[in-house]
Amino acid sequence: MSEIMGLKAKLGLDVFKHDKEPHIKIKPGMEKDPRLKRAVLVCPAGLYEENQDGEVELTIDGCLECGTCRIACGTEVLEWYYPTGGAGVQFRFG
Amino acid sequence: MEEKFDAIVVGAGLAGLGAAYTLAQEGLEVLLLERGDYPGSKNVTGGRIYLNPIRDLFPDLWKKAPFERHITQEGVSVMAGQRSLNISYRGEELEAEPYQSYSILRAKFDRWISKQAERKGVMLVSRSRVDDLIIENGRVEGVYAGGDELRSHVVIACDGVLSLMAEKAGLRKPGSAGQYGVGFKEIIELDSALINERFGLEGDEGAARLFMGEVTRGKFGGGFLYTNKDSISLGVVVGIKDLMEGPAAVQAPVLLDDFKQRPEIARLIKGGETVEYSAHVIPEGGLRALTKLSGDGILVAGDAAGFSMNIGVTVRGMEYALASGYYAAQAVIQAKAREDFSAAGLASYEAMLGDSFVMQDFKNFSEAPEALENHRIYSYYPELIGNVMRDMYSVPAGSKAKLFPTVKKYLGTGELWAMFKDMRKVMKI
Ligand SMILES: Cc1cc2nc3c(=O)[nH]c(=O)nc-3n(C[C@H](O)[C@H](O)[C@H](O)COP(=O)(O)OP(=O)(O)OC[C@H]3O[C@@H](n4cnc5c(N)ncnc54)[C@H](O)[C@@H]3O)c2cc1C
Repeated sequence: MSEIMGLKAKLGLDVFKHDKEPHIKIKPGMEKDPRLKRAVLVCPAGLYEENQDGEVELTIDGCLECGTCRIACGTEVLEWYYPTGGAGVQFRFG
Repeated sequence: MEEKFDAIVVGAGLAGLGAAYTLAQEGLEVLLLERGDYPGSKNVTGGRIYLNPIRDLFPDLWKKAPFERHITQEGVSVMAGQRSLNISYRGEELEAEPYQSYSILRAKFDRWISKQAERKGVMLVSRSRVDDLIIENGRVEGVYAGGDELRSHVVIACDGVLSLMAEKAGLRKPGSAGQYGVGFKEIIELDSALINERFGLEGDEGAARLFMGEVTRGKFGGGFLYTNKDSISLGVVVGIKDLMEGPAAVQAPVLLDDFKQRPEIARLIKGGETVEYSAHVIPEGGLRALTKLSGDGILVAGDAAGFSMNIGVTVRGMEYALASGYYAAQAVIQAKAREDFSAAGLASYEAMLGDSFVMQDFKNFSEAPEALENHRIYSYYPELIGNVMRDMYSVPAGSKAKLFPTVKKYLGTGELWAMFKDMRKVMKI
């Protein structure tokens, strides 16, 4: 699916603090799992994309830690943690 | 002997703050752990907080709390594709002190309450993610956080909607999509004088508006707008199941972009500058989706327990978070007096909640999730209402049809019967 207009810029307004490791990972072998494809629609930050081979890829930068992908896709396809203490998004308004 | 806290509270959202504040006030030793840079830095709401149900639980908090505006103007919009019906309500009770509700921004609000909690003696550690529970002989004995092993008589899980802590304690399973919504919103900065002019407000008066219909393209949910001091909170809430399965596939962020471009909205936020974009999951499963509230050495409060509800015209969770945190603390205070922190010793939590507005509300609105599942509410009726309005107000060249037949042409017997059935469901709310 094509990139959503202006979304990158919008995420660029938020304060993010870098984490050592991505806090959400697609479990190996699950890239084409139909459950994972739901993430493309539900992620408010548009961080999941389906590539030409039908695999879903995740870019963790810009993650709002909302939890939607964990609920939509489940923990069989995603390894899901919160970022380490002090890392990740830091809302100034919320 | 190693140090042992009376209670460790996981998460400094409103549930955790309410619990920690209450415990410290009674002189208990409480450690509050928050993964964000500061309390509120991970938290998102619409949002507005209603004070009446919780005013007396925290009598000292409200006078100086950093509210944005008190809400004096309520609005609902039914949005069809090209038109909308807007209802606006004002009443003198909304303009009289003590005010019923306020718009707030969580990063400011939670942080301020955390300062008051620290003053009462709460030991707050931010930038600290709890990684796991210490469970020995089936009993929760404390937490692991950033390599430290921290022990307490009780752990209060206030870690929000996903509550990984309650999962680890075996009190709940990962949530299913039908019982949750996702909300995403922008904070749009706008001069306060301009806000007052556009919404017809004075001073610190505020407006709250909800939008249903085209905003979510027929999916369960709606749009919201709250005025803050010098910004507007504008967002969309939509059921996760509907978002991933239809009707009408659309990527979540597109809904908010389209909403912003609606003429009804565009002119309200014109000239404003978006300064933040946030998102968060909301528990919407109601009474049937509540988790187990207690185990040996552990209590669950706030969104972690499922205490948030969407009844169409409002999403409410903040009062439930503060109140359930308060009652969890009261239960720990009683358990300490009896030196019994087992599930039985902590059972007064459920009893107190049961007697409070929290469980009463969840019982009163137990039918809401099912009644609101009806997709006709989000597409068919808004279009119908829009069309009736269009025909009622239009004056064509030539003669205008009589009013009653104008309305009636949309309402055949089959239609009326379907409406009657839908109405009966909605009337259960
Ligand atoms: C878009 C939207 C609109 C809403 N509108 C309204 C509204 O208008 N009115 C209303 O009353 N409610 C509204 N709600 C619901 C309301 O915001 C929630 O019910 C409320 O925030 C719940 O508070 P809480 O303290 O239980 O959870 P949270 O506020 O989520 O707090 C949980 C805390 O725990 C911390 N945490 C989580 N895991 C860990 C860990 N492992 N270690 C350390 N810390 C951890 C988090 O960082 C966070 O600070 C809305 C929600 C959303 C998303």
